[in-house]
Amino acid sequence: MSDVRIEGLSKAFGDQRAVDAIDFEVASGELCVLLGPSGCGKSTTLRLVAGLEEPSDGRILVDGVDVAHKAPKDRRISMVFQSYALFPHLSVAKNIVFGLEVRGVAKAVRAERLARVAAMTGLAPYLDRKPSQLSGGQRQRVALARAIAGEQPICLMDEPLSNLDAKLRAEMRLEIRALQQRLGMTMLYVTHDQIEAMTMADRVVLMNEGRIEQQGAPAELYERPATTFAARFIGAPAMNLVPLETSAGPVLAGVRAEHVELVEVGAGRVAGRVKALEYHGADTVVAVDTEHGGDFAVRRPGRVRAAVGETVALAWNPTHEHRFDPTTGRRLGAIASSPSNSEPVRS
Amino acid sequence: MRAPSRSDMPETGRSFGPFRSPRLRTVEAWLLLLPSVVLFAAFTHLPFVRTFVDAFFSTPKGRRPSHFVGLDNWSDLAHDPIFWKVLINNTWYALGTIPLSVGIALVMALWVNGRIPGRGLLRMAYFTPTVLPMIAVADIWLFFYTPDYGLFDQIRGLFGFAATNRLGDPSSALVAVMVVAVWKEAGFFMIFYLAALQQIPPDLRDAAAIEGASRFAFFRRVIWPLLMPVTLFVLVNAVINAFRTVDHIFMMTGGGPDNATNLLLFRLYELGFKFWDQGQASALTVVLIAVLSTLALVQFLIAGRGVHYR
Ligand SMILES: Nc1ncnc2c1ncn2[C@@H]1O[C@H](COP(=O)(O)OP(=O)(O)O)[C@@H](O)[C@H]1O
Ligand SMILES: [Mg+2]
Repeated sequence: MSDVRIEGLSKAFGDQRAVDAIDFEVASGELCVLLGPSGCGKSTTLRLVAGLEEPSDGRILVDGVDVAHKAPKDRRISMVFQSYALFPHLSVAKNIVFGLEVRGVAKAVRAERLARVAAMTGLAPYLDRKPSQLSGGQRQRVALARAIAGEQPICLMDEPLSNLDAKLRAEMRLEIRALQQRLGMTMLYVTHDQIEAMTMADRVVLMNEGRIEQQGAPAELYERPATTFAARFIGAPAMNLVPLETSAGPVLAGVRAEHVELVEVGAGRVAGRVKALEYHGADTVVAVDTEHGGDFAVRRPGRVRAAVGETVALAWNPTHEHRFDPTTGRRLGAIASSPSNSEPVRS
Repeated sequence: MRAPSRSDMPETGRSFGPFRSPRLRTVEAWLLLLPSVVLFAAFTHLPFVRTFVDAFFSTPKGRRPSHFVGLDNWSDLAHDPIFWKVLINNTWYALGTIPLSVGIALVMALWVNGRIPGRGLLRMAYFTPTVLPMIAVADIWLFFYTPDYGLFDQIRGLFGFAATNRLGDPSSALVAVMVVAVWKEAGFFMIFYLAALQQIPPDLRDAAAIEGASRFAFFRRVIWPLLMPVTLFVLVNAVINAFRTVDHIFMMTGGGPDNATNLLLFRLYELGFKFWDQGQASALTVVLIAVLSTLALVQFLIAGRGVHYR
């Protein structure tokens, strides 16, 4: 199996730096998710790894060998495109074995691989159809099957599930993850959907404006976001941020919705009015318009008995508080002072 | 023809127009078609039938009206060496111009579809000959070919070569007019190829590159099959044009020298309007139509199979 290492990789389009000196690593057999908002350079990074774009700078190492200037076909990769990129005039079977055919793999081997891959992806009944005769989910499977059929150790995926409906997406998340583990593929998976990243990844690389904001295991990003961007991008609803005045100066305090409690008016750290109630069944998310101006999300189990417009107070356990530098947005290492002598800034 | 039944119609549209019953709707459909049917029949179908009938009658001369002569026109045609020469000329003309103009069109389209600087200008340059009327094109090429003073001879003169008379020499005249036709047609066909190429998603190229296909393999296995409907369309047009466009013959050679550049349609003009031989002209028209329909049919039957239409 293979590992991938990216060192100082950059790509400029004109004077815009789509990817700006990024470093990360995907260990052998690992599923690494490139996560970030639209336009942050995820696809460009993936295309650089695939060899579809020429890097402006940096190295791409596969098993320690720099492949940055090799042709895509010599990088031992397969790829699933957001559009699926199926050949419209070829049958499902021909699409799946396209790569094997052009690489001159013997016919018997092709037939055997086709049968195996078709069984794995549940495409056996559709092998004679054209892509236009398939549903979106089936097309997605064909793209997946084509990527698997080449038996390349590294698989790249660019938002493979973004064209599917929510239910199918949830199914395919599990299926792709299971397939990746079963085949031991090293996978680099691009998505803008933090739920996909959290549920599928061994490691998440969070990107923003061409740079890496933070990387680590999903739980690490959730529990110790390195920046306010990471804090707000990962987790839904986004982490609440409140400016606080401490003895060490002003900080941004971050607290997740599930760690906030509704307490009696006058007792809490922040006060506000209930703006909306979102009942999910297992829990309820209460949107509170706070006195310092921002919205605050509170997640409580079950149903919450509160009325829109009602005045509430919010409290949280200080151990759940994250602190960020208000100017750089970076995480502050230790909590600067005990929370009892810090007061929310009044607007 | 069957008018769409009521169940085919969307819920809201109970009926189009004032007619409700399916039969009345059929009448309505035919009434709508009537103007074009009348025009088409009067100016296309009837003259064709008349021509076909005329091919079995003699040419009216002075006070002798036309009379039935059976297959005389046909046997005269078959014994006319010029007819055979013209047929062979036209065959060579078609065999030369069709593959060349279609091939060049495809190559130019692939070329200007790529990311090259100044491709807008290049596309326009290739397309310009199409915009020009054939008469103007012939005029330009007449200048190119002019012995001594023409573009070609002036260039040859720079290198000390003697003057040539390509249009005046029976061995080179047909090739010379074929070049003009290719020059005029290729840009037109290129536009169709270019439009089709731009419909092909760029992701397909990327996917093929990752799967290990060379540029040639990608062309052969993906681009070419996806262009097949356009190729078929372009071929049908090229075939028709090879038998239909003779404007440049009028301008450049008048069919000469010694019928070296005489083509079926030009010969037809000569027979019909220079020699006023209605019988021969009618027979030749039928031959021309038969040739064209056969070729079109063959193309659709052979190439039409296995074409992937989106
Ligand atoms: N071929 C290109 N030419 C010019 N700019 C590009 C090209 N591809 C991407 N970009 C720019 O690079 C940035 C990153 O794009 P992309 O990697 O596609 O983002 P993402 O996949 O994260 O949404 C965007 O601002 C985009 O406009
Ligand atoms: Mg993208």
